This record gives sequence, C-alpha cells and structure tokens, in this order.
Amino acid sequence: MYDKEKIIPGLIVFVLIAVFPILYNRGNAGHIPNPEKPKAARECVRPVQDMRESHMQLLIDWRTDVIRDNGARYATAAGGTRYARSLQLGCMKCHDSKRKFCDECHNYAAVKPYCWDCHIEPKENM
Amino acid sequence: MIDKALKGDTRYWIWLAFLLGVMTLGGLSYVQQFKYGLGYTGMSRDVSWGVYIAQFTFLVGVAAGGVMLVLPYYLHDFKAFGRITVLGEFMAIAAVSMCLMFILADLGQPARVLNVILHPTPNSMLFWDMIVLNGYLFLNIICGWVILNAEAKEVPPPKWVKPFVYISIPWAISIHTVTAFLYAGLPGRHFWLTAIMAPRFLASAFAAGPALLLICAMAMKKYANFDPGEKAVNKLCTIISYAAIANFFFIGLEFFTAYYSNIPGHMHTLDYLFFGLEGHDNLVPFMRFSMVLGLIATIAIMVPAVRRNDRYLVITCAALFLALWIDKGVGLVLGGFVPNPLEYITEYVPTFGELMITAGIWATGFFILTILYKVALAVDRQIHG
Amino acid sequence: MDIKRRKFLKLAGLSAVAGIGAPSAFNMLLRGEVSASEGKPSGHGGGEGHGAASTTKYRYGIVIDVRKFASIKGLAGKCIKACHTIHNVPNYGNKKDEIKWVWVESYEHAFPEHSQYKRNERLHKLPILTMCNHCDNPPCVRACPTQATFKNKENGIIMMDYHRCIGCRFCMAACPYGARSFNWRNPREKDSQGRYRFLERINPDYPCRMRGVVEKCTLCVERIDRGQIPACVEATGNTGAMIFGDLNDPNSEISRVLRETFTIQRKPAVGTHPSLFYII
Repeated sequence: MYDKEKIIPGLIVFVLIAVFPILYNRGNAGHIPNPEKPKAARECVRPVQDMRESHMQLLIDWRTDVIRDNGARYATAAGGTRYARSLQLGCMKCHDSKRKFCDECHNYAAVKPYCWDCHIEPKENM
Repeated sequence: MIDKALKGDTRYWIWLAFLLGVMTLGGLSYVQQFKYGLGYTGMSRDVSWGVYIAQFTFLVGVAAGGVMLVLPYYLHDFKAFGRITVLGEFMAIAAVSMCLMFILADLGQPARVLNVILHPTPNSMLFWDMIVLNGYLFLNIICGWVILNAEAKEVPPPKWVKPFVYISIPWAISIHTVTAFLYAGLPGRHFWLTAIMAPRFLASAFAAGPALLLICAMAMKKYANFDPGEKAVNKLCTIISYAAIANFFFIGLEFFTAYYSNIPGHMHTLDYLFFGLEGHDNLVPFMRFSMVLGLIATIAIMVPAVRRNDRYLVITCAALFLALWIDKGVGLVLGGFVPNPLEYITEYVPTFGELMITAGIWATGFFILTILYKVALAVDRQIHG
Repeated sequence: MDIKRRKFLKLAGLSAVAGIGAPSAFNMLLRGEVSASEGKPSGHGGGEGHGAASTTKYRYGIVIDVRKFASIKGLAGKCIKACHTIHNVPNYGNKKDEIKWVWVESYEHAFPEHSQYKRNERLHKLPILTMCNHCDNPPCVRACPTQATFKNKENGIIMMDYHRCIGCRFCMAACPYGARSFNWRNPREKDSQGRYRFLERINPDYPCRMRGVVEKCTLCVERIDRGQIPACVEATGNTGAMIFGDLNDPNSEISRVLRETFTIQRKPAVGTHPSLFYII
C-alpha cells in the first residue's frame, strides 16, 4: 500500500472521532422519556404497546377513513369507551398536555412531526 | 467524458464563477422563501401563478425546440446538422432541468412533491406533465450522452439507442402539448381556453429553441473556434422563420376570434395586455414591444444578408428570443389571471427575491448547458481537429 | 407461414389491448363528466338548469335568498363571522395574503355574464354571499395532481386533504368562482407578546392550516357528519335566508324551494353544476 504511514493514522483518527460521542456517553442512558398518563381515563383506543409502536399510522388511517371513505367519526374501544377518531377531539381530550405527553418521546427520539403546524394543542389560548 | 469540462481557459472559468455567484444568490433567496412561504413572491389570491410558472412554460418550449435539430438529422438524414444535433439535445437537458426547478420553486410544500407519484391522478394534466417532462429529460440524457460518447471513441453509436431517438421526437411534441393543456382545459379562464394553445406553444417553441441554440453556436464559433457550418445555420434560420411566422399567425387568430366575436370575456385579457383594461396597463409596453420586436426579427431572419453576417444574425436571434420570451414567459401566464373569474383586476409585480430565485435557476440552467457544451465541443474538436 | 401467423397474433393481441384499454382510459380522463351527459338533454348549462342528478348518495346544496340578506342588515357579516371563527380562518387585513371561505360579492362580480344594462337599482347594492359551489362536476378536482382535493363519494362535498396538498395552486387556476385561497405565509404567526397576529380567537375544536396549502369552504362537513347544519346557514337563524339540504332527496325542503322558486346559479355555462342557488 502506498502512503501507508499517512493512511493508517488517518483512519485511526477518523474512527476515534466517529465513536467519540458513544465512548464519552458510555453508561449514561440520558433522560428517559416518561409521558404522563391521563388520570381519569380507564383505557386507550388500542393496547398501550400498539399505540407506542403505531399511533402515527393509526392517525393517518383515521384521517383517510373519515374524510375519504366516510368512516365513522366516533368509535368504541375494547373496554366500551366511546372516542372521537380525531387527534384534537379524540387523543388530546384525555392526553391533555402536549408538552407532558407527546413531546416527552418525540424530543427523546428527535422526531418533529408537523401535527401542530395546523392542529391546536389543548388549552392553547390566545 | 465529463472530465473534458474540467479543462478550459480563463474566460471559461470566469463565466462559470459568475454563474455560480448568481446561483448562490438565488439559493439564498430560496432559503428565505422556504422559511417565509410563497408570500415572499408578488403572487396573490387573484394572480396565483407568477414568474416561476411563466418561466417553466417558456422553458418547456425551449426544451421541445431541440427536436427541430433531432428530427431533420435522424428522420430526414440531414447531414449538415451532424455537428449541432447534440447541442440541441443538451439544450433540452438544461431547459427541462430548469423547468423542474421552477416547478419546485413554485410549490407551497416542496417536500411533498413525491405525492404526485404516490397518488397518481390521470385526470390531472399536471400528473401527465410530470411524466412527459421527466421522460423527456431521461430520453435526452440517453440520446445525447450515448451518441456523444460513441463519437468520442470514434465508433458508431450502439443500435439500442435508435429507438430512444425516434421516441424522443413525438415526445418533444408531447411535452409542450401537455403543458398547453395545463391552461387550455380550465373553464372560466377565457384567455387560455383556446384550442390553438398547443399549436401556438409549439410554434413559439420551435422558433425560440433554435434561436437560442443559434446564439450559443455563434458564441462558440467566436470564442471557441467551433464551426456549425453554413448549411446548418441556413437551415436553422429557415426553421426559425417558419416557426416564428406560424406563431404570429396564431396570435393574429386569437385577436380575430376575440374581437370579431366581440365576446367580452375573450377580449378582456387581450385588452389588458395590449391596450390596458380600466386603467390597468403595466404589461402594455412589454407586450407591444414584444410584438414589434418579434415581427421585425422574423422579417430580418429571412433576409440573406442578415443570415450571412454572424453579428446581425445573433442580434436578430436574440431579439426574436426576447420577443417570444415576453409573449410567453410573461404575458401568456400572467395575462390569464387578469381579469380574475369574478372580473376583478389585480396586477402582479414580482418581488426582488422572486427575481433573484428566477435568475438563480436560469444561471443553473446555463451552468448545466455550459458544462455539457464544453464536453460536446471537446469531442467535436477531437474529431474535426 | 409460421412467422406470419405469429406476427398476426401479436398484432391482433396488441390491437385488442388497445381496443379494451383506450375507452376505459378515456373514461378515466373524463371521470365526472360522464354522469352529466348520460341521457340528459345537454343544452345550455346541462339542460336541466339546476344541474344533472348526482352520482353520489347525497348531494348537499344551499339556496341563498339574497332578498333576505338585503333586507336584514348585517346578516351576511354574521354568516362570515360564524364561518371564519369556527374554522380559524386568518384575517390578514390585506388583499395579497387574503384567505376567505365565504364572502360578500356585488351582483356584477358574482354574475359577470349577466347583462348589466339598465339593471334595476336594487341589484347593484345586493350583498351576494359567495363561497365554494361544491360543484357536481368540479374543475378543481380534475386539476389536482394528488387528489388532495376530491369529491366525497357519499355526500358530494368537495373536500381538502391539507396533509396531501403540495401547494401547486392548479385548483386555484381551475376554479371558475375564485373560491380557493392559498396560505402565502404562516397563518399562526405570533407577535412579540406571543399572540396570534392574524387570528382573533382560536376555536380549539378545529385545526388551522399551515403555510403552503390551499384551503376553502368545506360546507362544514365536520358539522354535517354530526347532524348539524353548516355554520353560515345556522347563523341566519329562522330568517329563511339560507336553506340547506339534500338535492338528491325530492322531499327535502331545498328540493321543494327549487321546484317552486326561480333561482339562478353562478356561471352555469361552464358546466360545473354548482350546488349553490340564488334567489335574487
């Protein structure tokens, strides 16, 4: 290999820089997200694990079903709770704080869904 | 082969640096627009398309104009176009790239542009426009590049490329027809609702495209020692003059239908563009200038003495190009919104930032064009010495 | 012989494909126009005057009695306010950024194709309430490249999917009624005190829109689904200035009014079959 004496140290430096953040933060899990659960509500529209994994798909499905396929605007959960299939009129009626619920995980996962560009979070007033 | 674009004299690098400078300014303006929204432009509820869509429409024509070289060369075996046909194909690549950039610049939600493919909608003309424009870009990249590559290696072009060449000919017609359909199918917009929109588009395209090509070829003749050949230049002039005549004929037809039928809706926009409507006349000087300039240039290009003099020829082509640009790249799109369907008059003036973005996209197009022409020129020199 | 037969079969196959495919493709292009021309006398404005029967299960429409709006001062303003407050429609206070779902138009602008010569004085002062016509044959839906605007299969309402709109504004160019608005900037921009600059009040039960998408009247589909009537109609109270109902139901009040009263539509000549009717 030509220029061995330059390439190999260069590679080592690169790898060190690349893994530095991991090494630096070893053993530290950081702030663990802890979304606040609603106190009054008994059940969610789907099992908790389903919601964790695919609440975003559920919201998309509700939208398509309601506006394009004339799906019902209201539905009933397994335990008999009636809910609106809507972010603003459904989800946020129980989970009444965007900051304490949505943002907890979204910030942790560094995702920025654009829901709130249009939708209005609870108790948000003029 | 692209490496051939990396060798050039000082003038070449200064030109590229200038273009890059304009592109940077355009890019910075686009960042502003992206952050603020399309209110950054002069567009409004009543004039909801502005300079971007107008440039897009005009440039689709420039792209389609390339077929005026491909067709005689490949279909009629017109050998004199041998050295410049690839220039036509490369111009199409640059022009379609600009079209796509202008569309993107005009979208309120550019990040969602793939929705057009995700939710294909055959009843929308914009869906078809997306297909034909991308198809045309693809066809020209294949045809131009493969054939030039073969020339550079001094071997005949591979057989498989021929079908693409032949498909590209009707395809060129299709891109401008579909673009005309964007306008010609809208109820309640009298000025656009005309069956000769597509032929009118094609006629102006077949004049404007080759005119720009001729200007480029003449520039290369002067600065880069490239000879397009007298026969080719003459033929191009003939094509340009017939297309320009057809274009002005079609414009005349629009005037006849509007004013002889005396239907107010059909007259309003022409009134606005050429005579002023209820005191609103900010496009009148441009449109009148465009007509006069265009007609003079059309006559001039038919005069043999003009054709033989490189300088006169370039001036004539530039004049014609400018005239057609004003007619289609300004008047046609903006005029269609005046008056609006409720017969209100709202005038549109582009903002500075909007013009910077427009300039930036044009500069990007010329950047692509310069690089491609540089490669073509290097290959040409290698063959012809 | 063999080669010839193969050639023939190929050709026959191709033409069969073309023969089967072309008409259906053509129909797809003309979707929506088919119903309008089927077995109906196709005279001026669709022959039936009030538009051909709809293919959707319901077809909601409104009759607007302009005489009532003229006699009751401020009624149109009440309708506009009800709509714009409920739907969080921003007010920019300038014409360039303007967004409106429902607004008042003068007679000559709402009906520009009608003769204005020696018109009754009364006509020129009439407040004509205008909004999306929820056309049976909507040009905006034809133009939209993503189906972000579409005709609801069940109730015929022309709806918007703001999540899908790419902001190309083709629908705005296509609408013959100027009913569509574009979000040229962020409607929820805040001032230094953190208050919304363009929204006086926020209805927490309805979303806003974001910049870069087109919006328009939705005929209050979200209210209709809950058994309510559109907000503007509700705002007219019991004045009878607006009558909302299903045009497909021959026994509905709106159908009765249309049978018994002379009404006009905006621009019937463009073949859109509006669902809004005016008593002048």
